[in-house]
Amino acid sequence: MKLLFELGTSGRHCDILPPCDVPEMSPECLRKKELRLPHLSETEISRHYTELEKQVYGVNDGFYPLGSCTMKYNPKINEAMAALPGFAKLHPLQPDYTVQGALELLRRTEKYLCEITGMDAMNFQPAAGAHGEFTGLLMIRAFHQKNGEKNRTKIIVPDSAHGTNPASAAMAGYTVVSVPSGEDGCVDLEKLKEAVGEDTAGLMLTNPNTVGLFDKNILEITRIIHDAGGLCYYDGANLNAVMGITRPGDMGFDIIHLNLHKTFSAPHGGGGPGSGPVGCKKDLAEFLPGPVTEEKEDGSSGFAVPESSIGAVRSFYGNFLVIVKAFAYLLTLGADGIPEAARNAVLNANYLKKKLEEFCPMAYPGTCMHEFVMTMKDLKDRTGVAALDIAKGLLDNGIHPPTMYFPLIVREALMVEPTETESRETLDEAAEGFRALYQRALENPDEIHEAPVKTPVRRLDEVRAARKPVLRYFYD
Amino acid sequence: MNYPEELLYSKSHEWVKLEGEDALIGLTDFAQDALGDLVYVNLPEPGGELTVGESFADVESVKAVSDVYSPVSGTVAEINEALLDAPEEINQSPYEAWLVRVTGVTDKEELMDAEAYRAFAETEEN
Repeated sequence: MKLLFELGTSGRHCDILPPCDVPEMSPECLRKKELRLPHLSETEISRHYTELEKQVYGVNDGFYPLGSCTMKYNPKINEAMAALPGFAKLHPLQPDYTVQGALELLRRTEKYLCEITGMDAMNFQPAAGAHGEFTGLLMIRAFHQKNGEKNRTKIIVPDSAHGTNPASAAMAGYTVVSVPSGEDGCVDLEKLKEAVGEDTAGLMLTNPNTVGLFDKNILEITRIIHDAGGLCYYDGANLNAVMGITRPGDMGFDIIHLNLHKTFSAPHGGGGPGSGPVGCKKDLAEFLPGPVTEEKEDGSSGFAVPESSIGAVRSFYGNFLVIVKAFAYLLTLGADGIPEAARNAVLNANYLKKKLEEFCPMAYPGTCMHEFVMTMKDLKDRTGVAALDIAKGLLDNGIHPPTMYFPLIVREALMVEPTETESRETLDEAAEGFRALYQRALENPDEIHEAPVKTPVRRLDEVRAARKPVLRYFYD
Repeated sequence: MNYPEELLYSKSHEWVKLEGEDALIGLTDFAQDALGDLVYVNLPEPGGELTVGESFADVESVKAVSDVYSPVSGTVAEINEALLDAPEEINQSPYEAWLVRVTGVTDKEELMDAEAYRAFAETEEN
């Protein structure tokens, strides 16, 4: 399809302004040359975006089991609440006394999320998960610096970690130490003990981990780090499996981030923006980014900057309307619904895993948490059909592919996270579609190399796109 | 898979060509095949120090970004700048597409000959 820049014709526009009833001025600072923007009618713009909409695939189209991303359905009531003018039309510079309702919403969301995670304080500034990680790492650094321990320069990250963990640590100026996973997919305790020392600033971990297993040694792991003088950071990417059931704070974590756009049903991906609030234990609250909410002496709410704050990590108070959506979700589910959602997420994953393992090898046997990792290595060795081909083939079945080639410790990995919002019928249908595809791969591998054939565009040349990306439109 | 006899190999899938006190380092055929089509290579600055077992470069494929570990200690004398614009050379001819030339090699890890590496790579495969 054509780009907006290729549509329209010179002089066409869709703004009808009333006649100007004040004298026109031409200050010096005005732009002298017209911007090179497309000249389009409203009809053209509307059709362009509708056409784009038809070509995308989202949670509203069908099954979206993208592992580690928690692509759950986003209830429409969240949107309705975030669209209320009392929330949607606020300006961040309004005086506090005019936004007491919004402040109460922030404070209550903080309280509920602290309760769910076992933290004492929270800040909503970070705009997404990796931003939360970076914020947490700056807090770890501020903590050690205040204690005069500037030699703590290393962050320990398991080899199964999300790629953002080592990237955030490096960006915060730390040296990353990778610890291997054991045969069981969990952290190798002996290797962890060897890795810690006087230079350990902290550990970054997600639990359940990226192979969908709850690390049973978690108390031992956090104790090893604390004994070495480090802090423990919890990547909240996989909280959906345990929310309302067990708490990172009780596992020994000091700082966490959450992904409201994953776990708490705010839109994820192109429907964002995201929100990656950072929570911490009370001893670390003085380092939180600022401003944070506070209760004033007269009982009203306002903002304050914590004593040793690392400073602002984003403008104002984060993506406020995303927090409204998460708040709506928390109130809709309540104290019973939150753990029930987690249980159903785990149940759905195990149900699907059981069906798929009848014909496809799993990276780790047994029960899983909210997600599991399959390996296409055997299929690739036998037929040449790789995880990538299977992912493309699933597109023809109307399914969004699982996460591919992650975690790195599993060969030809496909990582599946169905989430709690899928019905048994959907899971049955997906399992049958997958079984048929796997069978076709065994019988007629060449066919799968051609997939997808039913999508608006066929297989894209991802290598060329990465090597020679075209990132902007060039005028003739 | 091709593993030339005249080279030495590390467990993290780098090849080493020792030339007196110098060493050329690259990625093995096994490594490039496992990584898939490479789209980006990040090399160290000439003059930088390498330490045995520590990451000195990274390579990115459409699948993932991976660290490259140094099988020797020494100083980076030269980098293969052609790879920065054409990382596909590593896929096409892994033993010609060297990453760095190291000079003043002071230490090296226990390296395998071609035969031992072939056996090692086969166990890795499974």
